[in-house]
Amino acid sequence: MHLIQQIFFIICAGVAIYLFAKKVGSIRRNILLGRDEDLNDNPGARWKNMTLLALGQKKMFKKPVPALLHIAVYVGFIIINAEVAEIILDGILGKHRLFAPFLGPVYGYLIGFFEILAVLVLVSCAIFLIRRNILHVRRLWMKELNGWPKSDANYILITEIVLMSLLLTMNAADQILQARGVEHYLATSPFWVSSHLTGLFDGMSTGALIALERTCWWLHIVGILAFLNYLPYSKHFHIILAFPNAYYTRLIPQGEMKNMKDIQNEVLYMMQPELAPPPAEGAPAQHRFGAKDVQDLSWKNLLDAYSCTECGRCTSSCPANLTGKALSPRKIMMDTRDRLEEVGRNIDKNKEFQDDGKSLVHDYITVEELRACTTCNACVEACPVGIEPLSIINQLRRYLVMEESNSPQEWNLMFSNIENNMAPWKFSPDERDRWAEEMGAS
Amino acid sequence: MAEYAANGEMPEVLFWVGCAGSFDQRAQRITKAFATILDKVGVKFAILGKEEMCTGDPARRAGNEFLFQMMAYNNIQTMNMYGIQKIVTACPHCFNILKNEYPALGGNYEVIHHTTFLQQLINDGRVRLKEAGGFKGKKITYHDSCYLGRANNIYEAPRAVLEALDVELVEMKRCRTNGLCCGAGGAQMFKEEEAGDTRVNWDRTAEAVETGAKVIAANCPFCTTMLVDGVKKQEKEDDIAVLDIAEMVAQSLAD
Ligand code: SF4
Ligand code: SF4
Repeated sequence: MHLIQQIFFIICAGVAIYLFAKKVGSIRRNILLGRDEDLNDNPGARWKNMTLLALGQKKMFKKPVPALLHIAVYVGFIIINAEVAEIILDGILGKHRLFAPFLGPVYGYLIGFFEILAVLVLVSCAIFLIRRNILHVRRLWMKELNGWPKSDANYILITEIVLMSLLLTMNAADQILQARGVEHYLATSPFWVSSHLTGLFDGMSTGALIALERTCWWLHIVGILAFLNYLPYSKHFHIILAFPNAYYTRLIPQGEMKNMKDIQNEVLYMMQPELAPPPAEGAPAQHRFGAKDVQDLSWKNLLDAYSCTECGRCTSSCPANLTGKALSPRKIMMDTRDRLEEVGRNIDKNKEFQDDGKSLVHDYITVEELRACTTCNACVEACPVGIEPLSIINQLRRYLVMEESNSPQEWNLMFSNIENNMAPWKFSPDERDRWAEEMGAS
Repeated sequence: MAEYAANGEMPEVLFWVGCAGSFDQRAQRITKAFATILDKVGVKFAILGKEEMCTGDPARRAGNEFLFQMMAYNNIQTMNMYGIQKIVTACPHCFNILKNEYPALGGNYEVIHHTTFLQQLINDGRVRLKEAGGFKGKKITYHDSCYLGRANNIYEAPRAVLEALDVELVEMKRCRTNGLCCGAGGAQMFKEEEAGDTRVNWDRTAEAVETGAKVIAANCPFCTTMLVDGVKKQEKEDDIAVLDIAEMVAQSLAD
């Protein structure tokens, strides 16, 4: 009987880990579809960012209440997973509470501590559910979240609540069995939380209790393995990707826009033809200016898209969104991820990407959204994991203007004024220092 | 600048006026105020005059990299020819692009925003302010521009100048890193806003007006324009002034 359980467990864990690794591999491939960008400079500053932003969740504390709840879930989740190590070993070796004999009374305290964390996680997740579904916090109740994103968030919260309840029930049953001296259930010191729950199950027969304990154990661990595999399909992948994303986040001032070296050179050779290199044979074909689709973005933009947790902190600080414009930086990130997943599926199916007549601009993100951005950087500043929606917006705008000549009439006027009058308005360059003459005269 | 060069001299600093500061009537007053301060305290400064061109910021932000690169190329040629080392500008958009984006194209200068420059002049005792200036004890709120604030992390210098003016600074709820945009950036200044419920500048100005401040202090000619429009929308133009920090300093200079 034990052997069957052991084998079944090993198969479950093996399949779960294999599937997870496979999905992570395909996400990695998708991210690397993006253009190259070298972000390996200054590792000191990068480690610091990772520690502060991802581990320390520094930016979360701009909103202290959700930050505290979030940290409870996060710390609880990570630490309780230490217990999963024991559970997995128990499962493989067919043991029960493998570590207990080694740790003596400390074991009871440790589990007790885990249980307190479990309660914190449970309560925090319940509050999160209330905020999302009953209080309707604006950023968590916008139309771009309708459908899957909203369910995704709720599934995760409910799963966590279920997992924590299973853990507590399992421990409570365990302790009654210990007290009854049932074989296999060796005595530990009382667990802090579940020792108060034993009353709920006291009336059950030993056989029923063993069944309950085993069922909870199995559901808990299978739940965790399922959760692991759910992650990469969900916004909750951020619990992993927040770390690399914070590491690779921008170190240069937020105001600095990326230079386009190819255009710089083109202008240089136009102005000083003597500097132009002789046309090289077989030079790589010019890629497109700006970004039309996900492959034109940098790999960091794509990593951003997978790291986004759809919290909406960016959108709730976006001046365009706050005044009712179509733009929402969160939607920019969600669209980029959705399109990238679609391109990934296309590649899975056809070996390489086959044109599907769609692109990130137009089919996912509209011109109206892009036009509304004031490049104010509020979204970049707000993001707790160092995502830059503005970087994507800027590249899509470059594509619109330079490849499609798609710009509003007023901008075309501004462009031609700059070109002809060296100023965005229709003034003669001769009047540029008129103010100084006026001052001199007065 | 041409005059300095002709005499074989080098000014202490180049004042980059920018297009708004040169042509826009409201912004010209900021330019004049800042130039007056520099004159008065004896800072030797030059302007490029007719040789200055748009930095290319609105073109680049709108997506027109070609046009930006052409403007940048010409400006860098001019400034490198004169051997410019240090630039001060009263426009945070010019400041950002000159400081952060010209170096990649071969334009390396020390670039300072005018509020930082004013703070230094006050600290060094070169700018001396009236004991009881017109702003002493007045309720004033300060609007962080995006390109000085979030883009370049400069939040304290302008506030330090206001402190030197002895004002009663009342912050808006959204200030510093959380400051709300005026709505002009990203080349929005040059087009109608997209369809929405309200305008960004109306929203921002309403917030500023709510503080009960008599003056809204700004550091950017575009923000100034936007806020002036917002104050008009609220029909408060007789009670509330929108002033650039340079204008406030110019009005408070000791004789
Ligand atoms: S940079 Fe653009 S998208 Fe981001 S907050 Fe500002 S206006 Fe919104
Ligand atoms: S981009 Fe950042 S702030 Fe915006 S929803 Fe995603 S995680 Fe939240």
